[in-house]
Amino acid sequence: MNLLIDIIISGLISGSVFALLAIGFSLIFGVARIVNIAHTAFYMVAAYCIYVVTQRMGFHPLWGMVAAIVLVTLLGIISYKLFINPIREHHGAVLIATIALAMAFQEVMGIIFTGSYLSVPKLIKGYHVILGVKVFYQQLLTFGAALLILAGLWALLMRTKLGLAVRSTAQDREVANLMGINEARVAMATMGLSVGLAALTGAIVVPLTVLEPHMWMHPLVMMMAVVVLGGLGSLKGSFLGAYILGFAEALVVFLAPMGAFLKGSVALSIMILVLLIRPEGLFGVSFEEER
Amino acid sequence: MGIILYYLRKLLSVIKNEVLVLPSRVVVALFFLFLLLLPLFTEDPYLLRILTLTSIFAILAASWDLLSGFTGQMNFGHALFFGVGAYGAAMLNKYAGIPPWSTIPLGALGAVLAGLVIGIPCLRLRGTYLALTTLAFPIILMGIVFAFPDLTGGELGISGIARLARSRVANYYIAVVVMLGLCTIMWKITDSNTGIIFHAIREDELAVRASGINTTRYKLLAFSLSGFFAGISGGLYAHFMRIAGPSTLEVSMSFQVVIWAIFGGVATIYGPVGAVFVLFPLMEVLRFWQDYRILMFACVVLLILLYMPDGLFRWLRDKTEKECPRCKIRNVAMRHTCRICTAQLD
Repeated sequence: MNLLIDIIISGLISGSVFALLAIGFSLIFGVARIVNIAHTAFYMVAAYCIYVVTQRMGFHPLWGMVAAIVLVTLLGIISYKLFINPIREHHGAVLIATIALAMAFQEVMGIIFTGSYLSVPKLIKGYHVILGVKVFYQQLLTFGAALLILAGLWALLMRTKLGLAVRSTAQDREVANLMGINEARVAMATMGLSVGLAALTGAIVVPLTVLEPHMWMHPLVMMMAVVVLGGLGSLKGSFLGAYILGFAEALVVFLAPMGAFLKGSVALSIMILVLLIRPEGLFGVSFEEER
Repeated sequence: MGIILYYLRKLLSVIKNEVLVLPSRVVVALFFLFLLLLPLFTEDPYLLRILTLTSIFAILAASWDLLSGFTGQMNFGHALFFGVGAYGAAMLNKYAGIPPWSTIPLGALGAVLAGLVIGIPCLRLRGTYLALTTLAFPIILMGIVFAFPDLTGGELGISGIARLARSRVANYYIAVVVMLGLCTIMWKITDSNTGIIFHAIREDELAVRASGINTTRYKLLAFSLSGFFAGISGGLYAHFMRIAGPSTLEVSMSFQVVIWAIFGGVATIYGPVGAVFVLFPLMEVLRFWQDYRILMFACVVLLILLYMPDGLFRWLRDKTEKECPRCKIRNVAMRHTCRICTAQLD
């Protein structure tokens, strides 16, 4: 029973993180066709940002979150303008530019914070005992915040003019341009939105994880698996796929021997099995020219 | 005697009329000569070691280009082939006692098998989906490696396998000759009929299928060829370093290959090879600033891409040579008329 609750909590939290990351990643892919490998590197930078504001400067964690989101979004837009926008027509070049960006962020953080393991205080302390298992309020908060952010994002995409522009650009860039949508500006706004989401994810998760410069690698792989599993460009698919893989990971970690080593492998094998049956992912729309 | 003189004269005329007319060919010839003659002038162990490793990785980068550059099947999991080659060779050597000259090809056959295993499910995917899916395979294999530490050595890897050869110079020559030979073979493949079909699959798969070509078979062929060459480079690496560890399967290894290949220019074979010979020694030069090494590397890649998004060697070639508009033969950029058909060059 205890194990079951542990599994549920761990699955819900990693599922929410993967969902937030995957949605940000597929947004910028859908609108600008950029495979942003540096997406989770922004998440890492946000985590370090919070560490600096709370631990080094001594502010309340809430200020740390705000600062992290603002600064990382700015950083995202600046790196888009400087390094990605000039070479956007060359897909291969964009790809390795984002890989190089991620490496650069990792190294800068490694130089400043010396690669040791760090942690950040919880936003609210204390825990509640449910059926004999400690459930930290921070865990509930993270899960709740993730659901709220997802709902907010859905409203933004479905109910506002910006959302309409984003969705139509994702569907057909040329026609959207002809309808008077400034495609370059939408791409930049989407980049800001997507990096902002990554920062927000970092902000709500960081109290539960350990900070180190390589912390972006594992979420990157899982995020890509979620995106493929759910179908690129499908919000519903990313959401469901994220929880499937999150629970698969949690199950393996808690139940299988050597689980910590195998968690990635099992989750990725599930993704490949699903792809064998449905090559377009769970909810993927088949774009004829792309598949 | 006469026949030797005849062939000598023929060789000289080929050098004069075919090699010396284009800067790119001169550079390639000098590159071959430099690599083959270097140990005559210096036996510095550090330099030889760097160049041996560079040659091994050059095979890997070129094999990525053969698959992803030519057929357009973006492979983000190229470390899988490298790792299978390395682990295969290491295990055959350690547990079966087979000497290196046969473990390396056998490990490469294992990598071909891996290529087929991932090629078959991936045939249904395209573009970004394919890239993101292939990223998963080396990670799955890495989980398996960690799960059976008795057989694979777990985190430490398999160590204590046989040396490639006794001396450093022999090691160097094996790596360099294999690299030059395999890259020539790959370049020949891409220049043949098969290579043209690979190009066509990247440009428009539907059109290729409509011309009655079984694209599935050619894509699988590309996967297994690329797997074979990458597997050989993995086996060479394992026997040269005398260890096959999980670092050969890491995500950063797969990314490294993609960086090398795209940096040099895709769909060229010479591009990735040249890029490895620029970037890998650069990493060693940057050892002076140990802490800032990878940061500097990332900055160099970013800055060069801003100005040469098609790759370094493509850019250089386009600057020094131009194509004749009539007969499509390349000429030095200084010429005003084509060297074959004397048409005006613009």
